[in-house]
Amino acid sequence: MAIIIGTLEQGLSYGIMALGVYITYKILDFPDLTVDGSFPLGAAVTAVLLGKGVNPFLVLLVSFGAGLLSGILTGLIHVKLKVRDLLSGIIMFTALYTVNLKIPGKAYVPLFTETTIFDMEFLQVFGSFYGVAMALMVTLAAKFLLDLYLKTKSGYLLRAVGDNEVLVVSLAKDQGLVKIAGLSIANGLVSLGGSVYCQQQRYYDISMGTGTIVIGLASVIIGTKLFKSFSGKWVVSGKIAGSAAFLTRNRKGVRPTTAVLAGAVLYKACVAGAMALGLDPQNMKLVTAVLFLLILVCGMERKRKVKGNA
Amino acid sequence: MLELRGIRKYYNPGTVNEMCIFDDFNLRIAPGEFVSVVGSNGSGKTSMLNIICGSIDVEGGAVFAGQEDISAKKEFERNRRIGRVYQNPAMGTCPNMTVLENMSLADNKGKPFGLKPGINKARAGYYREMLAGLGIGLENKMQVKVGVLSGGQRQAMALLMATMTPIEFLILDEHTAALDPRTADFIMGLTDRIVREKRITTIMVTHNLRYAVEYGNRLLMMHEGKIILDKGQKEKKALKIEDILGLFNRISVECGN
Repeated sequence: MAIIIGTLEQGLSYGIMALGVYITYKILDFPDLTVDGSFPLGAAVTAVLLGKGVNPFLVLLVSFGAGLLSGILTGLIHVKLKVRDLLSGIIMFTALYTVNLKIPGKAYVPLFTETTIFDMEFLQVFGSFYGVAMALMVTLAAKFLLDLYLKTKSGYLLRAVGDNEVLVVSLAKDQGLVKIAGLSIANGLVSLGGSVYCQQQRYYDISMGTGTIVIGLASVIIGTKLFKSFSGKWVVSGKIAGSAAFLTRNRKGVRPTTAVLAGAVLYKACVAGAMALGLDPQNMKLVTAVLFLLILVCGMERKRKVKGNA
Repeated sequence: MLELRGIRKYYNPGTVNEMCIFDDFNLRIAPGEFVSVVGSNGSGKTSMLNIICGSIDVEGGAVFAGQEDISAKKEFERNRRIGRVYQNPAMGTCPNMTVLENMSLADNKGKPFGLKPGINKARAGYYREMLAGLGIGLENKMQVKVGVLSGGQRQAMALLMATMTPIEFLILDEHTAALDPRTADFIMGLTDRIVREKRITTIMVTHNLRYAVEYGNRLLMMHEGKIILDKGQKEKKALKIEDILGLFNRISVECGN
């Protein structure tokens, strides 16, 4: 039981981060490594602000803002200074390591007595699932806001820039600015995930960002691959039913954002399962890497998307 | 009016591979003109389009749109007044977005891309009508991703999307070259219809000499960065494919092609 609750709590807060990775990897087609720095950035900001007694929900917002900023910087390095996408992320997460040390002033901050979003009174009705309930609320709020955004004109432009940059230029829009905006929203979400994770674990550790990109990518790929096959079947069944309304409702299948969240929980479950089977925590990173490789190979995501789609 | 004044363009300047494309290139296109441009590979046709659109920098000279010098403007800024269709049908649409989403994007050109809903439902009927006008069944594929459409369907959409909002200049960069002959004829006819209806000043680069002679009201032939043939409306009417083919073969032989 404790394992299930722990998996759900952690899976959901990693899910918020995975939504950010979804934006960069799937929508922008930009392998953004900044997340390894922006995830702990959100946590570092959280640790400091909670220590000062700031409202924990306000802390979520400030962390989101810090992430936005780091994304903007990555975007500026890539777009204005014309540094390659992968390198821009590497530069940023290396720089953020120092920032993440300086913000709290030390590498480890325990948060035992501070009030977090998980200490809210109203959560008592959920019993031992109080943590899951809170994580779910924040995660779903982030997901629905992102879904809404992606349906706006601005969101369309974001999807277009990853799909066909030339078209965005044709629409008389600065493709660089759209990319910067996308990177900023993505890293905002990643930092928000870091903040929730930190409040949940009740500590901040400088090393908590290591491998974030792997967890994020794994979640995105598991989620989107798994539900792609599902939604295909639903469309077919919709056609058999022959009802137009049924068909339009099911044509889209599961929203990619939902799939990504499910992917994050599933990924966490895999890791928890391995631990429960007696895996030595020292082997953790190796197992993570092998698992990720397996997912990549099975998901056929090794090849980078071909630009142009001609 | 579109004007290129004293354009100088070098590729790889300052290296052993330095190549001069244009040295004092001048061209003036009157409002409402539909100019077809032919010429061998490397004659500077596409470079000329890229210079007009701001896709590549120049070493000297100026580009005027109307009375305004747009030389310092970036590509995306110039595109407010310019529509462009490329040789590759994939360039003019977003493959992972639906037909409806693509049309909505194009419809919003020149307006702010803010937080309003991406699809204006009230406009969907108008898009459907426009697509139905093409006569290739796209009006029944509004929810289909553009990536699964054929090259011809995509190019028809690209053309429609490029000319959906009011633009002053239409740039066609061998836009029928990647299509089969029948589809190419269809796209060419569609182009002619749109250009006439909307009276857009148009420059069309093509390798199809028949299109160059049949369509448009001015014909240019380019060779090694110079205009070697410029026929206006009256002269162009008397022009036959054989005439320009002869000239074309002569310059090609000179280059050793």
